[in-house]
This record gives sequence, structure tokens and C-alpha cells, in this order.
Amino acid sequence: MPQITLIEGVTMALAHEMAKDPSVVVLGEDVGVNGGVFRATVGLQEKFGPERVIDTPLDETTIAGLTVGLAAQGMKPIAEAQFEGFIYPMMEHIACHAARMRTRTRGRLTCPAVFRAPWGGGIRAPEHHSEANEHLFTNIPGLRVVLPSSPGRAYGLLLAAIRDPDPVIFFEPKRIYRQYKEEVPDDGEALPLDVCFVLRDGSDVTLVTWGAQVKETLEAADALAKDGISAEVIDVATLKPLDFDTIHESVRKTGRCVIVHEAPRTAGFGAEISARLAEHAMYDLVAPVERVTGYDTHIPLFRLEMKYLPAVDKIVAAAKRTLAAS
Amino acid sequence: MPVAATFEIEYLQYLDAEGKLVREDLPEFARDTQRLVELYKLMSFVRVFDGKAIALQRTGKLGTYASCLGMEAAHVAIGTAMQEDDVFAPMYREYGAQFARGVKPRDVLMYWGGDERGNDFSGPQHDFAWCVPIATQCLHAAGSALAFKIRKEPRVAVTVVGDGGSSKGDFYGAINVAGAMTLPLVAVIVNNQWAISVPRRMQTCAKTLAQKGIAAGLESVQVDGNDLIAMRAALDHAIKRARHGHGGSVIEAVTYRLSDHTTADDARRYRPDDEVKQAWTREPMKRLKAYLVAQKAWSDKEEEAWKTECGAKVDAEVNAYLETKSQPTEAMFDYTYAELPADLAAQRAQALAADKRA
Repeated sequence: MPQITLIEGVTMALAHEMAKDPSVVVLGEDVGVNGGVFRATVGLQEKFGPERVIDTPLDETTIAGLTVGLAAQGMKPIAEAQFEGFIYPMMEHIACHAARMRTRTRGRLTCPAVFRAPWGGGIRAPEHHSEANEHLFTNIPGLRVVLPSSPGRAYGLLLAAIRDPDPVIFFEPKRIYRQYKEEVPDDGEALPLDVCFVLRDGSDVTLVTWGAQVKETLEAADALAKDGISAEVIDVATLKPLDFDTIHESVRKTGRCVIVHEAPRTAGFGAEISARLAEHAMYDLVAPVERVTGYDTHIPLFRLEMKYLPAVDKIVAAAKRTLAAS
Repeated sequence: MPVAATFEIEYLQYLDAEGKLVREDLPEFARDTQRLVELYKLMSFVRVFDGKAIALQRTGKLGTYASCLGMEAAHVAIGTAMQEDDVFAPMYREYGAQFARGVKPRDVLMYWGGDERGNDFSGPQHDFAWCVPIATQCLHAAGSALAFKIRKEPRVAVTVVGDGGSSKGDFYGAINVAGAMTLPLVAVIVNNQWAISVPRRMQTCAKTLAQKGIAAGLESVQVDGNDLIAMRAALDHAIKRARHGHGGSVIEAVTYRLSDHTTADDARRYRPDDEVKQAWTREPMKRLKAYLVAQKAWSDKEEEAWKTECGAKVDAEVNAYLETKSQPTEAMFDYTYAELPADLAAQRAQALAADKRA
């Protein structure tokens, strides 16, 4: 069984599905000969040819518009935005067309496309290469928004995203692209697109997160355990549609919740989870919900970016505040 | 002086504003006057429909409607030049093209009447729906053309954009990628001189809009968009080239929007009456009729009879539209995803509960 990194999980899923389904094509800037700037599509053009692994002109709008056209006419395109900060020119096609195609035509035309983008901060990258902007997509009806945080989940969720009959935004936490390896069989087994992953059982506090912050959150749970505090860790992974039941069930048990994400706080996706807890779990909570997030600033250039991002000590402190409150 | 590149833009016209032939080399299809009569009849039907749709809006029976008055030749040429399994990506007023492809007038009325079922065409199943965000349809057509190329299907994607839309990056992106990838794409710029209140001269300093296609490496031509024969000839040529793998084209159809932009617009605010009066002397119906009458292929009597028939046909479509009940409340949920997510199912139940209380 291969030991692979998160980005290799992406590549393995792409190759698996391209071999299985001739309608799957990959398109983007530098995805072909170069194998992608992060090498997510490495080897695919040699294997499947330039007609299916397509280097496009340098225009994100073109990539997104072609993707909508391809998907509406029977192909399964997987578009790559080179960085999440370059996805903005794609948004008109994603929001106004990909997400609306099915509803606009009452199901006559659909848009089974995947829009992939490396996502998030922490790699000392230039400006516009470190955003966390998943919340801009979770408010768009008709989309699925997926954020894997391990090699196995990258593989299984990407397979599911490609096979899904609706458009999927697939953000890949680039900070943990090569952080560690795990055994992932290339067995074509997809993961569900509407279930949160409980990564660690606990009884005192629920830590809810996604993306690269899963690493910090698990480390925070370790640190809390040393202080005798039992933290449950949930990787939301499929933000939209949200599996709130899993979160609610955990909070019923713990009575406390800390939400961790690197996007800015105001109207970040943590706000949605927090609102649902207020609506449905008010009487289960014994302490106010805490959010450990990016600030409502732009993520700074890299000398300061670690000050901006959530970190283990911030998560531990927030968890302890929920315990102190009750 | 060394020259890096040169180009010229051909202007194509067969029938002048009076309906006189300005050149003798009539294309094959136009030598069949009965065929021309059929095309004229379709243009005439579109005009009757258009008038009726505006009347429906004025009497509160239709929402905002985008008229196609004055652009019938360009639209009918597009729709009749395409094959059934080609794909059309329209903007939002190409009814002549769509009727030729099997879209029903009731579909148009349903869409502008506030019902998504209007986009579930009874006709061409692969064609795109009306596209309100300007020029985005050009890239969907290019993506379709790419799909045809990948699957080695002899199909062509045809799209329409306005003079204003030709300023947008999506249009440039589409023709650029069509050139770079040799895609079977035909992009028709229906230059009706006005993008709501902004005139053609304020869109670009380029002498023609057709020459934008030269920058993309596409075969590009400017056509009298009020001349059905020229429009069909240009479309036939471009579609044939595309179908045989010779790449995309840009066709600029020079015409005039004789109506307001939509029923929500008042064009008298921004353009002089004289200009509109002048434009009426060049409109597409009169010249084709004059030509057909001169060929003894059409007469006022036949015209009267046909208009009556069109009126009845349109009335039947209007009745079908007016008699169609609204979709049930849950319809707003049921096409959001292939399968309703649990999360959304809860909101659907809330909407139905609100219905019951009301």
C-alpha cells in the first residue's frame, strides 16, 4: 500500500478517475507539461495526453467559463485555480452559472465540475497566495464546498467530488500538502460528501475545524490532555452542505465548543456553526461558544502571518476559557 | 519599413436597404426563393411575437422583456444555419435563432414571465439557457466547442454577444482560446449600436468590432446584419469551416436595436429620434420583402394572410403560457442539487409549513 502525502492523494485521485472515466479532463494554468505549480497534476499529461490534461491560456475567467461549457455538454472537467487568491475572476462563472445551471434549466443542463485550488496560509508565500476564502463559496446555493485535511481524505473526497453530479469547490490546504505521509490504497473508494469526521473522541470540549488547522487543533487536544482536559476534534471537511448533526451530537456530550478556522472571523464559516449552535444547542451549552480565527484583516505578508493564523496556544487558551466559564 | 502583420476586414452585403442585389454571386441557398420566403416568414413571425410580448408586459402579464426588434435577420440566420446537434449559447433576445431551433414562444414567455421552466426548452436539449451576465455565454460556447473537439464530434458551438459585450474579458477569452486551441466556435457580435444607453463609439476606438477576432487569430468578417442573405452566407461559411476542423470565426452583424433595451428602459432618454427614424429605413424585413416581391415570390396578399396566421399562432402560445400554473413552492429547492441535502431538506419543510400557515 502506498505511503503518500496529501498532494499525492490529490494526484492519485485524479489519475484514478481519469483512467476510469474518459469524460474526466483536467484544465488550468501549467497543469500539463509542468504538472502544476505544486505538482498536483504531475504525470497526468504523459498518461492521458494533452487533450485531457489541458494547459489553458493564462486567464482564470477562461478556465472557469470553459469548465462550465465542458460540464454542461457531458464532460467532467476539473479546473485548477493556481492559488485561492486567483479564484476571484472565476467567481462569476461559479456563482452565476455552475451553481445555477441545474436550477435554471430545471435539470435539463447540469454542471458536474470540480474547481480545485491550493488554499490557505503558512507557507511564506507572496501576496494573494495565502487566503482562506471558503466562506465566500459556502453562501452560494448549488455548490458543495470541500476541504480535506489528510492524504486519505484528499483522495477519498476528491473522488467523491469528481463523481458528484453538481459543482464542487475543492480547496486543498497547501500548508499540509507534504506535511506527512499515510497509507492510502488506490482502491477508488470515495468518502461521503456530507459527513464530518470525528478525529478524536473527548468529553469536555468540542474543537471544530477544517483544513490546515486540523493539525494545530489535534496538537491543542494533545496539550489539553496533558492538563487533564478531554477534547473531541471534528474535521468538518465538507462545509457545504453542512453535517451539523455530528457537531451537535458532540456538543450535547461536551457542552462546550471552540471553532477554529484561518479565514477572517466576521461572517466566516464559524459564524454559521456558531449560529446553529445558538439555534439548536443553546440548552446543551454550558459555556459561550469560542472562535479562534484569522482576524478581520488581510492576512499579512509572511513576516507576520504566523501571528495572524490560529495556533496551538490560542486554541488551548480558548478551550480553557470554555472550561473556566462553567 | 518592415511590417509585422497586416489585416483587412471584409464587409459582406448582398441586399441593400432597398432590397436590390449589390452583387451577383448569390450563395446557393439564396437562389432558392422559396427557401428565402420561409426565412422571411420566420422573421415576420418573430416580429409579431415580439410585439405581442411587449403588449403583454405593458398589461402586466409578463415581467421585463428584452425585445429583438430590428435584429430578426441576424437571429434567423444563426438559428437556420446551425444543425440540430450543434449548440447555441444565446444572450437574451435571440428568439429568431431559438424558434428556428425548436424553442417554443411559450418557453420565452415562461422565462420572462418568471418561471424557470421556460429554460427547460421543449426543443434543443443541449442549447444553453438565456444568459443575463454579459458575454459569459461566449466562454460556455467555447467550452462546448472544446468538448466536441475532445470527443471528435463534428459539432459546432455558436454564440451571440452584443457590441457592449464585445468589451468584456469573457468575449476576448472565448475567441482567444478558440484561436489557441482551434475550437469549432462561431462568435456572432450582434452590433445593434447601443448597450442600453452607451453607444458603439464609446465601447472601443477600434474601427470594426470584427477585427477583435483578428487579434485572436480567427477568420473575421463584418456583415450587414439587416441583410438576411449576407448573414446566412457568413454563418454557413463559418459553421462549415468550424465543422471541418478549420477553427473559429467572428462575425460582426451591423444592425440596430429599434426597440428599448428592455421594457424597463426608455431609449428616448439617450438617443435622438432622427437616428431611430434613419435606422428604420435600413431594417431587415422591408428589404427582403421588396426583393421577394420583385422576384414574384411574395405578395401583399400573402403577407396579410401570413400575419393573420402568425397572430393566431402567437395567441395560442400566449394562452398556453397564461394557463400554466406556477410551480409549487418546493420547486425552488428541488433543482438546487441532484439530490436534496438533508440540510436543505429542513428548509424545504419550513417553506412548506409556511405555505400551510398562509
